[in-house]
Amino acid sequence: MYRYDEFDRAFVEARVAQFADQVRRRQAGELTEEEFKPLRLMNGVYLQLHAYMLRIAIPYGTLSSRQMRTLAHIARTYDRGYGHFTTRQNLQFNWPRLEDIPEVLKELASVEMHAIQTSGNCIRNVTADHFAGAAADEVADPRIYAEIVRQWSSLHPEFSFLPRKFKVAVTGAATDRAAIRTHDIGMEIRRGDDGGLGFRVFVGGGQGRTPMMAHEINPFVAERYLLAYLEAILRVYNRWGRRDNKYKARIKILVHERGIESFRTEVEEEFAALRDGALDLPADERERIAAYFVPPEFETLPVEAGRLSRAIAANREFGDWIERNMHPHRMPGYASVTISLKPVGGVPGDATAEQMEAVADIAERYAFSEIRVSHEQNLVLPHVRKNDLPEIYGRLQEAGLATGNVGLITDIIACPGLDYCALANARSIPIAQQLSERFADPARQREVGDLAIKISGCINACGHHHVGHIGILGVDRKGEEFYQITLGGSPAEDAAIGEIVGKGFSAGEVVDAVETIVDTYVALRQSPDESFLGAYRRVGEAPFKEALYGG
Amino acid sequence: MSSRKTKSELRVLTANRLGDGRVVYLSEDGGWVSKLDAARLVRDDAEAETAEAAGAAAVADRFVVEPYLIDVELVEDGVQPARLRERIRAQGPTTGHSLDHQPVSEVA
Amino acid sequence: MTMMGTDVLADGVVLWRRGGFVEDRWARIGDEDALPPEGAVIVTLARWQDLRRSDAPGAWEVGVALAAGDDVREIAADLPRLALITLDFPKFTDGRSYSAARLLRERYGFAGELRATGEVLLDQIPFMRRCGFDSFAISHEPTRRALADGRLTDVPIYLQPVSERGEVPVGTRPWLRHRA
Ligand code: SF4
Repeated sequence: MYRYDEFDRAFVEARVAQFADQVRRRQAGELTEEEFKPLRLMNGVYLQLHAYMLRIAIPYGTLSSRQMRTLAHIARTYDRGYGHFTTRQNLQFNWPRLEDIPEVLKELASVEMHAIQTSGNCIRNVTADHFAGAAADEVADPRIYAEIVRQWSSLHPEFSFLPRKFKVAVTGAATDRAAIRTHDIGMEIRRGDDGGLGFRVFVGGGQGRTPMMAHEINPFVAERYLLAYLEAILRVYNRWGRRDNKYKARIKILVHERGIESFRTEVEEEFAALRDGALDLPADERERIAAYFVPPEFETLPVEAGRLSRAIAANREFGDWIERNMHPHRMPGYASVTISLKPVGGVPGDATAEQMEAVADIAERYAFSEIRVSHEQNLVLPHVRKNDLPEIYGRLQEAGLATGNVGLITDIIACPGLDYCALANARSIPIAQQLSERFADPARQREVGDLAIKISGCINACGHHHVGHIGILGVDRKGEEFYQITLGGSPAEDAAIGEIVGKGFSAGEVVDAVETIVDTYVALRQSPDESFLGAYRRVGEAPFKEALYGG
Repeated sequence: MSSRKTKSELRVLTANRLGDGRVVYLSEDGGWVSKLDAARLVRDDAEAETAEAAGAAAVADRFVVEPYLIDVELVEDGVQPARLRERIRAQGPTTGHSLDHQPVSEVA
Repeated sequence: MTMMGTDVLADGVVLWRRGGFVEDRWARIGDEDALPPEGAVIVTLARWQDLRRSDAPGAWEVGVALAAGDDVREIAADLPRLALITLDFPKFTDGRSYSAARLLRERYGFAGELRATGEVLLDQIPFMRRCGFDSFAISHEPTRRALADGRLTDVPIYLQPVSERGEVPVGTRPWLRHRA
């Protein structure tokens, strides 16, 4: 993983001192709330319904055991003993006191973490494929570039007061595990005609009130021009993005209103002036950063993992867990494994301090001390020996973390919703809990197959409902919680925005409605191999509408 | 204030504390309390103005941020906010790990 | 606290440059106001475009005040004739003038005084400086007080190569800078 050098350390420490001073000035009355708000947001501090919320960046979703233990310690000392992993590879604490936050930031700095730019109208925490460095289909490790972009964007003097927030995602393979088309800028690493590395760049994706899939702006930007190209896009956006209406301020609207052609022309013009300048990425510097991400020392293992096979044969539940939560690794005898944070009836993405510590211990013992956070609100151990999986499973069971439901209907994404969030219209978490209880039976989940339910408590879409196979959006109808259902969305390389199926449902009806949709799908699919998404694309919304609302 | 409001409608002034962000309500004696039951009931527009002036003063004193009035109703064992959002603010999250941890240290 | 006869903590706008408060020798001339016979004048972009066209040589030192939405390309060719440009921050959250400043300095080579006007607050001054601003018209009282007390909180390690004079490369990463 990336390790701070003396400059990174000095940078983060100075930033903590600066924020401590800003908090002091706020409390002394030198800053009004209006003036303080953008400053605290740029340090990840929100004011929510019940308290402040601190959002901590987990750059490209990579954590060490040591960092995870510090998060557990913070949860216990300054919060209520748990944390919430979000869809943006961040961790949120729901109860810190403002006066304690400088202290929390110091603790984070001691393990090379921070909360810089996890909020505010700036370039946010850069996200990446959670199987980076492990996946068999990877062209190059996306974290190298995510780290470079993280550095370049940190307290960028020109881009700290953009029209609106700005999200960048990088994926290392043609299989998009970072949902790059739903980001302001999405980058897919690929090789150019000359064999050199570069990026296919997308711009103008986003969810929220006006969901849009990003357009390809450039099929290949050579690696050395990464920062110059990003700076060109950001500059065009900062100068001409709309500032008259918060809901029209994202780059997607600028791209939409100007048209991708005209937008591209302006970016290329800016890029022509910026390239071959100070932002060039020299090959030796790329190598220096890449060296932080060299894979651990893998052993040479046989392809066959005998202990694993025997354990699967002996234990049905374990076999089911392996089937859903284990992923192929590029090294023989190794695998990546997902630790589901979606137990039946649980809060999607929540982990207690004890669970964080258990994961830290397991990672230390079996997984090179490396942990990832996925945008599906789960954790991942990227490199484990297949033959260690029976022990890992046992220890996860002890920690209440051995749910074998990755990609299944109970692997629900949900934002905090009205239980915490000041912007919410409706609760998300209780709906997720009721749904996972309704579909709790493992056999039924397996019968239904791959199905992604995503729930947002308002149109800001933090729960990614637009790209859920089944999306649920909380709305406020005359003071009552209502839920609108969308069908057919997908965040991956077959990206699509779900379509609203019809009028909304009350909190009491929505779980039944989802069950009706699921039963309808199971009844009409051509075979168990036809996924929900495949079936929906084949038959359209009519049968679902019919089942939900009658003829 | 909106013309919809009549004298029979009850309101309460709420805010979050600057120092720790916790939910508070303006009380009868001009202090701030975390229990909604101890909040001052605002019965008409004149009282609303007085309450809002107290809120503005507490903002200037850096004790609270963003005070605003909420509608409440009388129920058997006290008062209850009209809107769900405010009921959740008053009672805390309806589910999840926060419930396991009683906020004993958090009395106003 | 006073400096050169100006009470920097009184109401109104005071001018700050690195090193302290300074007297403002520039007069802002509204579009309807008559130009003085000579002196240092700041005019709007529209007024400048008129002046530029007129053949009268003019005895003024000219500065141009750009609004946040103005396109700096419109005065790129005029820069050798301008001694000062002001860039406005109508709200401190409106960041357009950061880009304008970098373009003026780095793309078009403007070497005169670059002044920030509008909502210029303490915590934004370090960003502004890095983008090439060298003077700051400040009306915000707590900001003036903090500057008068010498409290400017900066994070003196930078991760972007900008052309601000006074920053030097450091370490091995090509984009790292610190204050010289
Ligand atoms: S989607 Fe809305 S309710 Fe949910 S976390 Fe985001 S802003 Fe809050």
